[in-house]
Amino acid sequence: MIDTNDPLVRFIGVQKSYDGEILVVKDFNLDIARGEFLTMLGPSGSGKTTCLMMLAGFEPTTHGDIMLDGKPINNVAPHKRGIGMVFQNYALFPHMSVAENLAFPLEVRGMGKAETEEKVNRALDMVQLGGFGHRRPAQLSGGQQQRVAVARALVFDPQLVLMDEPLGALDKQLREQMQYEIKHIHERLGVTVVYVTHDQSEALTMSNRIAVFEDGIVQQLAAPADLYEKPDNAFVAQFIGENNRLNGIVKEISDDTATVELDSGDMVTAVRINVSQVGERSTLSLRPERVQVNADSTDFNNIFDATVRELIYLGDHIRTRVNVCGNDEFIIKVPNSSNVAHMSEGETIKIGWKTNDCRALDFYEGL
Amino acid sequence: MAVTATTPTADDIMLDASGMPLKQALAIAERNKRRKALIMALPLLAFILVSFIFPIIQMLFRSIDNPAIHDNIPNLSREIQDWDERAIPDEALFAILADDLRAAGKLKNQGKVATRLNYDITGSRSMITQTARKLKKKTEGPYKDWFIGLNEKWGEMRTWVALKKASQKYTASFYLNSIDMRYSETGKIVAQPEERQIYLTLFWRTFYISIAITLICVFLAYPISFLMATLPVRTSNMLMILVLLPFWTSLLVRTTSWIVLLQTQGTLNDLMVYFGFIDDENRIQMIYNMTGTIVAMSHILLPFMVLPLYSVMKTIPPSYMRAARSLGANQAYAFYKIYLPLTIPGVAAGSILVFILSVGYYITPALVGGRTGQLISNFIAFHMQKSLNWGLAAALGGVLLAAILLIYLAYNRIIGIDKMKMG
Repeated sequence: MIDTNDPLVRFIGVQKSYDGEILVVKDFNLDIARGEFLTMLGPSGSGKTTCLMMLAGFEPTTHGDIMLDGKPINNVAPHKRGIGMVFQNYALFPHMSVAENLAFPLEVRGMGKAETEEKVNRALDMVQLGGFGHRRPAQLSGGQQQRVAVARALVFDPQLVLMDEPLGALDKQLREQMQYEIKHIHERLGVTVVYVTHDQSEALTMSNRIAVFEDGIVQQLAAPADLYEKPDNAFVAQFIGENNRLNGIVKEISDDTATVELDSGDMVTAVRINVSQVGERSTLSLRPERVQVNADSTDFNNIFDATVRELIYLGDHIRTRVNVCGNDEFIIKVPNSSNVAHMSEGETIKIGWKTNDCRALDFYEGL
Repeated sequence: MAVTATTPTADDIMLDASGMPLKQALAIAERNKRRKALIMALPLLAFILVSFIFPIIQMLFRSIDNPAIHDNIPNLSREIQDWDERAIPDEALFAILADDLRAAGKLKNQGKVATRLNYDITGSRSMITQTARKLKKKTEGPYKDWFIGLNEKWGEMRTWVALKKASQKYTASFYLNSIDMRYSETGKIVAQPEERQIYLTLFWRTFYISIAITLICVFLAYPISFLMATLPVRTSNMLMILVLLPFWTSLLVRTTSWIVLLQTQGTLNDLMVYFGFIDDENRIQMIYNMTGTIVAMSHILLPFMVLPLYSVMKTIPPSYMRAARSLGANQAYAFYKIYLPLTIPGVAAGSILVFILSVGYYITPALVGGRTGQLISNFIAFHMQKSLNWGLAAALGGVLLAAILLIYLAYNRIIGIDKMKMG
């Protein structure tokens, strides 16, 4: 009946407004495949959590349809959707033991006692918390509570699990460890996960695809590598990873390259992404690790003089801030290899990059 | 225990940098902190001691203290204790009584003796005052026949048994009285005659009216507290003001408003007659009875239920209910299994607060209680102000205090005071 190639979740033209004046979600369309780990990434207030809440059923859509398994669920109550959910602060029931927390969704479904116990134990083992069943959530550390929350969302075998910034309350090290654990659980169970976060490295680590939200619109939906390497617009380039921006006016456009005259008067050639005509303002995006120090013109067609402003030693690389083409915040990551050139502050160096690494995007007015 | 396991032996006591034992150094360092805490608590401590603890001790003492006869006719009080209660005392005891009464009469203290004895034997007041008056002229014995001739009650055993009991320095008779018991004419503890049994009924009524008020308050406060905890701040502040309004209004004004609303010629009855729910002749009596007491007191005590409930509900994140729903529970089940158990500490705190307050409530039942809505506190007040039987008032208060402590202990056992949250 149901084709497994059909998307599990479809958002079709979904809009959401809380006050009838402002749309926090504007025309949201998204297909989520079965078994996919999809992350909604965006700054706070970008509408990503609202989309999750609409999918979970805690917020009604103002317009548009949400389909689960081919059926519209706009009018299905949250408890009938069969969607597991992990909350920001875990939302473990404090008056129940860990085992009772896990048994809750099974009891609601009228599962027998023996089967419940077996499932609870299996779920606890899955998150390496076997033997913790009798404890109260308050007796567990943050990471353990997090694992219990994940186990509880999975124990009743939902086909879809939603996670709303589940790692936000953990410290950095634990957060990274949990990222891998959740990723591995996802791979093992093949369950579909929709994950919301504002942490881009978290999104890059875990996801099959990432939807970048801003201002109620999905700016780009792509796999992590594409998102980083081929941002569609200036917002995504800026939001994902570290990014150097150079602003200028398009002087010449060919099929896939654009030549831009920077505000400083320098001319740069870049890959043409979304500039359409000569005379338009554009923001060039360039990753810090794609800039070469002491570049020569045989390999690099954009070469400029730069003044070293600041050197920060970071072990594996040296983060170098330079002034180039009138941009005082230009960052270069210089790998800490044995043949690295010695630089000192105030020195003038030659830097260069390839046309293919520099993308001409829409003009970005933000800082 | 961990402490004993790590108790250092003589060789390895932890020393601080100057070589002083670490425990001692810590004690010195912490001493100032303790002293400061004590000084800060001192004014309140003194205030509570003077205005609360001391009066309670004094009251409890008064409930067994029995000086009226013991101090005013001291010789008889001492000698009568040896009387064997088999026959009317002999001349010697009558002579002592005569001397004591004469002495008391000179100091105008015979009235106190008479009043005290009257508690135990109705009508004995006049016997004492009459005898004391006549004794001014009779300066010498024999007294026995003269006494009995003057008032035949002097020849009755029960008078003397009562006098013996009443002349003891400490007595349990106030307590017996407060639970509808008394000493019989032969000195045994028996129930009061039926027409004089009122206090047990009153205690019982106080108890169930308080329970009813507590239940009404839970029922009314729970939804409103829930709204206040979940609505946006502006709306919930508005509700909070409405809830606290009774707090800020004078008790008398509030109670009087209830009278205006509920009396037979009052607003509510008028409305019901106007709309034809009842006939003009059959207006409902809603005030000056138990209904009035319950309605007015529930209104007054409602904030004491709302505030702890609200403060507990405020701490329950909405994600708990959402989690329960996402896990498959419908609204009602999620409420019953998740929300309700988490609010129990608030319900417990509010209930014990409202219950204890209503058990001791005085002014409202006095104003709107009529005859059937009177509580035990009204009778305590009556004995304090009108009948001046302070011993009985103190004993009633003592029984009330003990009952509340018992209930509190039972409550602690069942719910657990440590689980209670006031905010």
